[in-house]
Amino acid sequence: MNWETALPLLIVLSSLIPGLIIFFLAEKQVVARITLNMAAALIKLALVGVMLWGVFHGHHYEIRLPFLPGLDLVLRADPLSMLFVTLSASLWLATTVYAIGYLEDSPNRSRFFGFFSLCVTATVGLALAGNLLTFVLFYELLTLTTYPLVVHRGTEVARLAGRKYLIYTVGGGALLLLATVWLYTLAGTLEFTARGFLSGLDAVHYPALIIIFVLLIAGLGVKAALIPFHGWLPQAMVAPAPVSALLHAVAVVKAGAFGIVRVVYDVFGIEFAASLGVTLPLAILASATIIYGSLRALFQDDLKRRLAFSTVSQVSYIVLGVAVAGPIATIGGLVHLVHQGVQKITLFFCAGILAETLGIHKISEMNGVGRRMPWTMAAFTIGAFGMIGAPPLAGFISKWYLGLGALDAGQNWVIFILAASSLLNAAYFLPILYRAWFKAPPASWPDERSFGKRETAWALLAPAVITAALTLGLGLLASMPYSPLEWVRFITEQEYAP
Amino acid sequence: MTGDIVGIPWIVVLIVLPLTGGMACFLFPTISKSLGLIFALAIFTAVVGLGWQLVEQGAQRYAIGGWGASLGIDLYADGLSLLMLVTAALVGLGVSVYSGAYFSREKAKHFWPLWLLLWAALNALFLSADIFNLYVTLELLGLAAVALIALADGADALNSAMRYLLVSLLGSLFYLLGVALLYHSFGSLDIAILAQRMEPTPAVWSAVGLMSAGLLLKTALFPMHFWLPAAHACAPAPVSALLSALVVKASFYILLRLWLEVFALTDTSLGQLLGLLGATAVLWGGIQALRQTRLKLLIAYSTVAQLGYLFLAFPLGTNIAWKGACYMLLSHAIAKAAMFMAAGNILRFCGHDRIADLDRIAQRLPLTLTAFALAGVSIMGLPPSGGFIGKWLLLEASMSAGQWWWAVILILGGLLAAAYFFRVIGYAFTRAGLTHEVGVVPARMEWAALVLALAAILLGFISPAALELMGIGTPFGGERAG
Repeated sequence: MNWETALPLLIVLSSLIPGLIIFFLAEKQVVARITLNMAAALIKLALVGVMLWGVFHGHHYEIRLPFLPGLDLVLRADPLSMLFVTLSASLWLATTVYAIGYLEDSPNRSRFFGFFSLCVTATVGLALAGNLLTFVLFYELLTLTTYPLVVHRGTEVARLAGRKYLIYTVGGGALLLLATVWLYTLAGTLEFTARGFLSGLDAVHYPALIIIFVLLIAGLGVKAALIPFHGWLPQAMVAPAPVSALLHAVAVVKAGAFGIVRVVYDVFGIEFAASLGVTLPLAILASATIIYGSLRALFQDDLKRRLAFSTVSQVSYIVLGVAVAGPIATIGGLVHLVHQGVQKITLFFCAGILAETLGIHKISEMNGVGRRMPWTMAAFTIGAFGMIGAPPLAGFISKWYLGLGALDAGQNWVIFILAASSLLNAAYFLPILYRAWFKAPPASWPDERSFGKRETAWALLAPAVITAALTLGLGLLASMPYSPLEWVRFITEQEYAP
Repeated sequence: MTGDIVGIPWIVVLIVLPLTGGMACFLFPTISKSLGLIFALAIFTAVVGLGWQLVEQGAQRYAIGGWGASLGIDLYADGLSLLMLVTAALVGLGVSVYSGAYFSREKAKHFWPLWLLLWAALNALFLSADIFNLYVTLELLGLAAVALIALADGADALNSAMRYLLVSLLGSLFYLLGVALLYHSFGSLDIAILAQRMEPTPAVWSAVGLMSAGLLLKTALFPMHFWLPAAHACAPAPVSALLSALVVKASFYILLRLWLEVFALTDTSLGQLLGLLGATAVLWGGIQALRQTRLKLLIAYSTVAQLGYLFLAFPLGTNIAWKGACYMLLSHAIAKAAMFMAAGNILRFCGHDRIADLDRIAQRLPLTLTAFALAGVSIMGLPPSGGFIGKWLLLEASMSAGQWWWAVILILGGLLAAAYFFRVIGYAFTRAGLTHEVGVVPARMEWAALVLALAAILLGFISPAALELMGIGTPFGGERAG
């Protein structure tokens, strides 16, 4: 075991082991729990940093464990996996700080943080998965470890939301498993390969491959909240705010989108997928999801529900970018994986702060809240403008490349989707901002807690401000070396090289 | 040193040890708890010894008293026998640890001799090389099981023990008739000799029908599962674990062994029929489990469904399908034993096992709930777990055979399992203001369930080695052909 095989394993273990230890901590061992949580998050981020540097300098990180006859569990670092791992590890750190602040004094914290760590373990595991089997394994693990977080509050509403979450995700997992086995019996391998491993197959199998593609996309689309599989996401909003952040930005939804990217590029290969004729339907499905999610978001008064429908819409940008089947659109889609994560986590952090500090859950209660909580609402505003795609924020970069890529690939209709979606984004975000900044605040807030001179607890505010700053930075510094945009260019060159 | 260990006739030791243990527990009831545990450990060690022997020397045949087949009694051990012995040893050890704390002194006096007798019958069954010995051990097994069910108090338990006795006797009777027919036709009871002389005559077909019917009844394959839920739910928790994990598997083992070696009937309509019944069992058991309001009944119906999976290998008949079914058998045994033990803990804690009132379990019995959840992961066939490996192999076998409909059944079965399993978990997480009469659950009972459940998960990581061991003596035919 040398450094190059140990590193992927260490990155997975760096949250698995602390997570398992946390389960055995008593509720009142607050210091030990916080230390473990923070240490795990920092160590993981450091390890990811080392690996990022290594991958950029051409090192090859891979570990294999025999798992089934002829099939290994493979953890491997390639540029695409690094994109997701880095995103998850960074946002996990922010979410950990936030969760520690958020769950102060609530019951069952050991259980919560235990599953919280396992959830991130599953996420980095599926990001580093080197074949479809490993991906499926961690994908299912992610379902199992997020369920206790969704039902954490233990209320009847939470139980029902958890049930719905399971019906969707376990069903999706089953489709994914079936498709994976089928693929294995046809191709004899499941190893992720740049530009896919299926193009050599006999043309007799093409109909089967199309069915497999549909099954895979359906299985992954559940977590990515593509219509008609998005129903669980808005209902899962009963979970505590850090869990929402995890679901929407760090782990679950991203895992689905990332899986679709993997399937299209490294299982089928984009050119082969396009020749099977499956990319255009996928692009249409993604477009429909984008418009539908935005339309539904317009009519939600509950802040977290509006954000949830916004996620339904925004995550499909990633899928759209992939399905348009051109290198520039790919850049737009992949970079949105990062940008959407950073922006959406900011918004959810802020929504949680509003609920915890002032008891605000509905948009109609947000009049004048900008005056009471200027920092929080400033962060929220940056996130919202990012979502709308206003320059110079991160979201603008994504949309720019998506639009350019669609034109480049000769799919002009996508421009209209992007335009319509941006209008809708503005239509559901701007009224919130207007209320918050320009309307007069009410005489009293629904359920106010005092934090002295500060507007709220620093552990809640700091992560939100930092991710808002990131949103700005990712947009302004998009062309700097080591930025996500540059990294995504690096990935795209490999997938489209002649 | 190594030579000495390999030289010991572990086959015989494996039968003599539990028998001696049973007698010892009967003679010295005051120390039966410690005696039972010591013997359980010894048997476990002996299984490891046999495993080592098989790895070193390949499949083993042992003639008792040196008489040899057709006259004397032969014992035979290959990878398939080893699998069954390991299953029994793992579950047996777990149950022994658990039972040490579960039974009162009065009950323990009866439990230990019966349980070790049952273990002896199991081991002898898995090592028998002729079809009459299989009958004897099967009968012994049934009687020990009936007596164990009757350990529970109440009219319900007696009732279901009685029903179980009748079913068990009827099943053995059918089997015995088949044995008589075969002996009449071929003049031998030895499986290897029968395999050579086998030819398709009407008598053989009748024998196949009779023996299969008897064994299927005892294995509780749909629609002959009617006796199982009541019997498995009424018994004391460790006994439920034994029944679901081991006893029903014994008759399945005989059927599998005969099918593979004597009948060689793969690719016939009988195989398709078994597959069809298995598929129905998967769906029916799952739906029934979903409808139960009591935890132990739910788990018992889950057994009905899981047994159905084992029969999906029959219409496929490939090496990989058999291995998949056997992996399923192993992991179901361990996971289900853990599940019944966890249910026993819950029953003791709450004083009831109504699913809708299982609140506070998550907070008050975290180890038990973890055991239940981990066992559930394997039962659902989610990765990483033994259940997943078995399911994957069966899926792979059915997709490569082009019989995709079995794959659909496997997937649907998994979904049903997830549905009934998470119904329990969902209630366990709810918060209720009620305070129950809380019974004390000894730590030993919680840990026994948890360790077994962890073993079921661990099985998901050792499949290459385990499948290798299972293939000693090629019980499932060659790699490619059936």
